[in-house]
Amino acid sequence: MTTLLAILSIVLIAVIAVQIGKVTELASKIRGEEDAEERSNRSTSRWLLIFMVLFLVGGVVSAYYYKNYMLGYGPHEAASAHGKSIDRIFNITVVVTAIVFFITQIALFWFSYKYRHRKGGKAVFLPHNNTVEVIWTVIPAIVMTFLVVGGLDVWNEVMADVGPDEDVLEIEAMGYQFAWNLRYPGEDNKLGLRDFRLTSGTNPTGQDWTDESGLDDFQPGELVLPVGQKVRVRIIARDVLHDFYLPHFRVKMDAVPGIPTYFVFTPEKTSEEYRQELRKYPEYNVPDPNDQEKMLWETFNFELACAELCGKGHWSMRRLVRIVSQEEYEAWKKEQQSYYLSSIYQTEGDPWPIDGQLPNMVSGVRKQEFTDLLEAAETAASPADRTLVLKYVTFETGSAQLTELSRYELANVVEAMQANPALKIELGGHTDNTGEATANQVLSQQRADAVMAYLIDKGIPSDRLRAVGYGQNNPIEDNATEAGKAKNRRIEFTILAGGKMAAVAEPATITATE
Amino acid sequence: MATAVLQPDTLEEKLVEEYGYEDHFHEHHHGDKFQSNFITTYVFSQDHKMIAKQFLITGMFWGMIGGLMSLVFRLQLGFPEESLAWLQPILGKWIEINPEGIGKLSQEFYYALVTMHGTILVFFVLTAGLSGTFSNLLIPLMVGARDMASPFLNMLSYWFFFTAGLVMFFSLFLSTGPFAGGWTAYPPLSVLPEASSGSGAGMTLWTISLVLFVVSVLLGGINYITTVLNLRTKGMTMWRLPLPIWAFFITAVIGLLSFPVLASAFFLVMFDRELGTSFFLSEIFIGGKALDHVGGSPILYQHLFWFLGHPEVYIIILPAMGIVSEVLSVNARKPVFGYKAMVFSILAIAFLSFIVWAHHMFMSGVNPFISNFFVIFTLIIAVPSAVKVFNWIATLYGGNIRLNSAMLFSIGFVSMFISGGLTGIFLGNSAIDIQMHDTYFVVAHFHIVMGVAAFFGMFAGVYHWYPKMFGRFMNETLGKIHFWGTMVGAYAIFWPMHYLGMAGVPRRYYSFDVFQTFSHFAEMNKFITVAAVLVFGFQMLFFINFFYSIWRGKKQTVQNPYGATTLEWTTPVRPGHGNWPGKIPAVQRWAYDYGKDGKEFISQIVPLKEGEHDGGH
Repeated sequence: MTTLLAILSIVLIAVIAVQIGKVTELASKIRGEEDAEERSNRSTSRWLLIFMVLFLVGGVVSAYYYKNYMLGYGPHEAASAHGKSIDRIFNITVVVTAIVFFITQIALFWFSYKYRHRKGGKAVFLPHNNTVEVIWTVIPAIVMTFLVVGGLDVWNEVMADVGPDEDVLEIEAMGYQFAWNLRYPGEDNKLGLRDFRLTSGTNPTGQDWTDESGLDDFQPGELVLPVGQKVRVRIIARDVLHDFYLPHFRVKMDAVPGIPTYFVFTPEKTSEEYRQELRKYPEYNVPDPNDQEKMLWETFNFELACAELCGKGHWSMRRLVRIVSQEEYEAWKKEQQSYYLSSIYQTEGDPWPIDGQLPNMVSGVRKQEFTDLLEAAETAASPADRTLVLKYVTFETGSAQLTELSRYELANVVEAMQANPALKIELGGHTDNTGEATANQVLSQQRADAVMAYLIDKGIPSDRLRAVGYGQNNPIEDNATEAGKAKNRRIEFTILAGGKMAAVAEPATITATE
Repeated sequence: MATAVLQPDTLEEKLVEEYGYEDHFHEHHHGDKFQSNFITTYVFSQDHKMIAKQFLITGMFWGMIGGLMSLVFRLQLGFPEESLAWLQPILGKWIEINPEGIGKLSQEFYYALVTMHGTILVFFVLTAGLSGTFSNLLIPLMVGARDMASPFLNMLSYWFFFTAGLVMFFSLFLSTGPFAGGWTAYPPLSVLPEASSGSGAGMTLWTISLVLFVVSVLLGGINYITTVLNLRTKGMTMWRLPLPIWAFFITAVIGLLSFPVLASAFFLVMFDRELGTSFFLSEIFIGGKALDHVGGSPILYQHLFWFLGHPEVYIIILPAMGIVSEVLSVNARKPVFGYKAMVFSILAIAFLSFIVWAHHMFMSGVNPFISNFFVIFTLIIAVPSAVKVFNWIATLYGGNIRLNSAMLFSIGFVSMFISGGLTGIFLGNSAIDIQMHDTYFVVAHFHIVMGVAAFFGMFAGVYHWYPKMFGRFMNETLGKIHFWGTMVGAYAIFWPMHYLGMAGVPRRYYSFDVFQTFSHFAEMNKFITVAAVLVFGFQMLFFINFFYSIWRGKKQTVQNPYGATTLEWTTPVRPGHGNWPGKIPAVQRWAYDYGKDGKEFISQIVPLKEGEHDGGH
């Protein structure tokens, strides 16, 4: 029915149109063609003039109405250092082109009005005039020269890469269908290597985990940058073209598969400072449609978008951008966890240890773990809690031969022993319940002995050490599961004397045992 | 028809008979064997005038399709909350009805529509429909030739275009949808079906269609160039050519030099798609696996594409410029101001158009240092463009202007060209382009300067030369309504987009709700959509006027209704095959003797008086 109505109305409009045409043709016939033409010429020329006025006034009024979206005005000020130069050259161009726009549009419509055909009117014969032609060739050429020089000056300054000794934070932004993946360097301030072939569900950027400099890299869910810090964004793409676009910072650069690009910029305002500036404008002092409790300026955030068509989800590649003070940034950075440790470490994708080596990152973490456990054990109130498991001391299957990797954990033990000469410990060997209990007893003793021998070899006096095999008698987990069994096979480190707590609270006891 | 006019009636006929060139064309009678039946007259015609009409009507068909597509995606952008379920009978599964019964345009199809809109308008409407129509119609008539140098190739040119259109049309009905990666078809998106469903069969048909289209353009172009160079009538020196001919000629040269590069880019895309080569692919992980391709460069494609793509915008706008120059001059009753400067600026623009392509790629990852040169060359184009604008305005100065529909569209063209040209100064300056690139500012810029302006040139040409095509006039009142609706409406659509662009809103977004920054403009987007629907309605008026006037329009009764100097008005009202019944006219003077020596106009076939200076020389 609606379709029918639609078709009918279209037909009706067509008929009306044709009738209008016929009527006017008829009218001009009655009036006489020439007369009709002159009349229509007169009214048309007036309409041209009216259009010109409305057009130009409309242009100015709309520009005033939307002034707050003009670059560099009001709330639309650049939040980066180079952005201000871009806004400046933009505004110079606005002024220059506006002048040309008004002169030419007015001349065009005014001449069309003024020199309309009148009865008996005559046109002047004016085929050319070299003087004016030279003038209006030279003037645009000069104006363009200024704009080009001004523009290129800004361009080369903005696109300059960082110098070799500059303090710069290099981060990586990878576009993929349909999101951005952000990667920050960890403590070493270096991004690890990547290879697209290594990409997988758990390794979204294809990081090469054998490169130690990448192990501390982290991949946060939002772009957080310290204010005033020069940032170099390395921009890459995983599948198709994307474009790293920060509208408030006047930053835009394509992300190209296979060809890394970069953009260097310095954020100049924190998100909070920017919000405070928005607060001055009435259009930001209205409730946020998504959060009626708050004003628009309060909920404002910088955003990262994609500006190169990349498929059906192109319009949805949003990441929140937060610019914070240096201190806040440091605090935030501390909270971020290395992607390697959170998602790769000790999973199938973890290539370490390589050639019996652990990355510094991992040994460091383990050392921290050991130090924390030792600290807890040393300060424990009850002697029963003065035990910690040497999780990373392991043996070849069925033997008392220490694995190569155990040296990392044992080095921590050695260091702790050397740091605190009063420390005396027991090394307890434990097994799971597989096999004969007596055999397990022997094995656990041998293993404890092996650890002790290793420590003695490293220069720890034997009188500070005691090795005891406990066999399968003291499980800490259920032997019914493989994971439980694994936990039960262990070397325990028990403080006999010289713990920190002990040193303070029970000095007499220590002396007594000695 | 085949017999010569023995008793000439009009002044023009007398002059042709007296001074014309006898080429014995009609003694051979072979001319008409090509137009003996319906098929050879209306379908496989080799007559340039019929081919021109074929190009025009096919272009109009595609213009309607492309325009309707833009309305559908504008509805999505302007009224994202409204249901589009009513479009389901036409669009089928591309309208997704959610559980609340609200119909939404599917995201894939949104991008397919955007892509098709661009491809169709740029290639099928503004290249074939504009240059194809008027080069065919006007080159032989204005240079005084019987037909094109090779009528057969000319026919092939149309039928390759037609076939290209068929293939593209077919791709609209694929179950995976037509190509949806933007009219620029940047790889890897356009190469990998995993990246977009339209990059499967849709892209295959898209490339086939456009390669056919390139063939059409080349066949046409060779013909236009040869005809202008070799078939000019006696006395028609290059400096006596009317400006549209200069424009069509240079357009054909640009096309001949740049379209093969586009074809090569498409062939390499096909190789990457079908043969496993890696011209444009490198280091890609998609669909859960890493591809084997390494070493290619997606940026290489962009270089190849824009090496055509930039000249392409001049292929679109130069014919419009030529048409407008002519219509302004005829209706202002004045010679076009600075004829030589106009020709030299066409040449300068054409030359520069080949060395500015990378200004589309400032932010694409090319070495920023290289961009310096492209900025300089790009902004130099402003100079010849400014000269043209000033000369058009100066043509109006002191005129005796007839404000008919063709003239209004020409004035509108100049206004649009100024508005859109000036924003080009922003975008050509790479520093500003950092912010403006791929925002609505760009959309506003190119739609005004090469979309609307080129359409205005096309409308001016259609209204002006309609009598030459059909022996009747289009209705003036409807023409003026069409003009005002389009002029006001087009500015209403595209002017606000500048503000969107300044606010940073990116183009090619399906929805603006995800980003706080871009979501402020719901009202403006509604306004733009309403304006677009209205403007489309005014184009329907043009369609009605066009087809109604073919049969019922006011008859052309005099040979030279506009009092124009050029040769096409020396033919009979309905020129037959071979254009002139007897001799072909010989040219005695340049094309712009309007108002000279107190005479309203002096036709090109009127001999120079003793001691009279010829304007063009």
